[in-house]
Amino acid sequence: MTTTTAAPPSPVNKRATAPGRPVRSVHRKWTEHGLVFVAPFLVVYAMFLIWPLLSGLGMSMTSENITGTGGEFVGLDNYAEAVADPDVWSSLWNTVWFTVLSTVPLVLVGLGLALLSHQLRVVQWLWRLSWFAPFLLPSGVVCLLFAQMIFPSGFGLADQMLAAVGLEPGIGWLSEERYAMLSIVATTVWWTVGFNFLLYLAALQAIPVHLYEAAELDGAGAWNRLWHITLPMLRRTTGLVVVLQVLASLKIFDQVYIMTGGGPDESTRPILQYVYQQGFTGYRIGYASAVSYIFFALILIVSLVQPMLSRRRAEEAAK
Amino acid sequence: MSGSATIAPRRAPRAGSGAGPAGRRPRWSAGRITLLVIALVLTVAWLIPLAWAVATSLKPEGETTKTPLEWIGSRITFEAYSKVWESGDLMRWMMNSAYISVMTTVLTVLTCAMAAYGFTRTDFRGRKLLYGLVLAGIMVPPQVLIAPLFTEMVQLGLVDTYWGVILPQVAVPAMVFILVKFFEGVPRELEEAAFVDGAGRWRVFWTIVMPLSRPVLAAVAIFTFISTWNNFLWPFLVTTDPGGMTLPVGLVNVQSSFGVRYAQIMAALVIAGLPLLIVFMLFQRQIVRGIAHTGLAGQ
Repeated sequence: MTTTTAAPPSPVNKRATAPGRPVRSVHRKWTEHGLVFVAPFLVVYAMFLIWPLLSGLGMSMTSENITGTGGEFVGLDNYAEAVADPDVWSSLWNTVWFTVLSTVPLVLVGLGLALLSHQLRVVQWLWRLSWFAPFLLPSGVVCLLFAQMIFPSGFGLADQMLAAVGLEPGIGWLSEERYAMLSIVATTVWWTVGFNFLLYLAALQAIPVHLYEAAELDGAGAWNRLWHITLPMLRRTTGLVVVLQVLASLKIFDQVYIMTGGGPDESTRPILQYVYQQGFTGYRIGYASAVSYIFFALILIVSLVQPMLSRRRAEEAAK
Repeated sequence: MSGSATIAPRRAPRAGSGAGPAGRRPRWSAGRITLLVIALVLTVAWLIPLAWAVATSLKPEGETTKTPLEWIGSRITFEAYSKVWESGDLMRWMMNSAYISVMTTVLTVLTCAMAAYGFTRTDFRGRKLLYGLVLAGIMVPPQVLIAPLFTEMVQLGLVDTYWGVILPQVAVPAMVFILVKFFEGVPRELEEAAFVDGAGRWRVFWTIVMPLSRPVLAAVAIFTFISTWNNFLWPFLVTTDPGGMTLPVGLVNVQSSFGVRYAQIMAALVIAGLPLLIVFMLFQRQIVRGIAHTGLAGQ
């Protein structure tokens, strides 16, 4: 993390004694100061990350409304209310459930597609184009396409395909509770799996080929090479992909908002949508902030705990 | 076309070698053909939704909801496209998206590269503390800040402005981290030679460090551009005036005004999806490498 802590002697410190530049040491240009390089970033960072982070914490203890006025200090009341609010728990649960449902296929399908195209080594551009390209489409485009043309009952493509193979159509892909979340997961997998596919592909291409040659000399078959070389060599990448995926899935908003609006019966509403509803349509921005911070705590726990777990697993595997 | 194939092993660990005759290396063994068929099936499956959007957009409006399954209507027509085009909103949103994405990308690359240079190559009081602060920011998902950020935008009068959309997307701590990791690997000798020749920090940064870092800068730029172009939640919150919306927000906002005119909705989606797809086809190699770099830099 902080590899810069051991700062090697840089020319900056030695500037005064640097040969051939005696004048600079007296009249340094303003661009010679390191802070000048860092300042533009820091200003934006402080204004649009640090400040909202702090002001949000303050806001979460007020009864503030959307315009940023009229807030009274209410202490931890918002937090107490949030913890007792069943909608907070159900939308948190929907978020976690979506994350669980989506992460597994997004990692496994990504890995499978990468193995396939790496193994085949022909028309790589075709695999990339078809599996990765959806990732480049705006979520608005993807979600409207699936909500308007794929999932509607009757004329939607999903239903028509069922009918074409002789199954019963008329499924409420987005309107029945037992299918809505799965439909959103399917859309998400189609849309974003290409990213994981590329990460795995890059990792596969970095595995030294002599490992395979040695294994082949020892008579290892394709399965053995996959199990004993490829998958172990991909362990680090898998850890990375899982962490990135979980963090990305927890932030779900677009797909649900556009495709189901959180329904049916709020069965798909994620926590970010609840924050949006409380803060932006319910005008309770103080309460929305408190819910945000509870969500933030969840994300912090995931991003801190998950690497620790996978490191321990890696250490155990190494023993 | 295989962008990163340069680092790939020359020969594939052959698939299904058990199926081929021992000692020979069949180019097309049964196992390999099976894999190819699976890959082709998956490719078709992945392309079907896009094909369906295009097919629908080319149908006469009255035939878009016809069953049973029909890929091509009674005639192929571009009516939906011309209707969408005439309404004008789509072009407006695309220009907004382009402006916002380009500005965000330029500012992100510039501020993050400067900051990374400052943190790796210069020294000043508080440097370690500030870098620690930036690293800690990686943990903060911007999405949890929507409420306070919006309030701040109201106070600054930036609601419904380009800057209101752009500024919160600029300072990305993860990008600084990626660039710091890269700059640490750049040999100092080149810069020191320039210092001896009398060049200042600013010159060295622009004429030596930036050109040397082109691959990683391209990765950061591509990544920023894609995520800004596709971002929904923040532009959705901070723009209320339809004239100032980005493409994804405008599309979602206005889908109701299309009513049940599915051909037009799909035509709008095709137009909206095309720019990045074309960019991808043109710069496939750089984009693939960029994603791989940016993603793996987290390791």
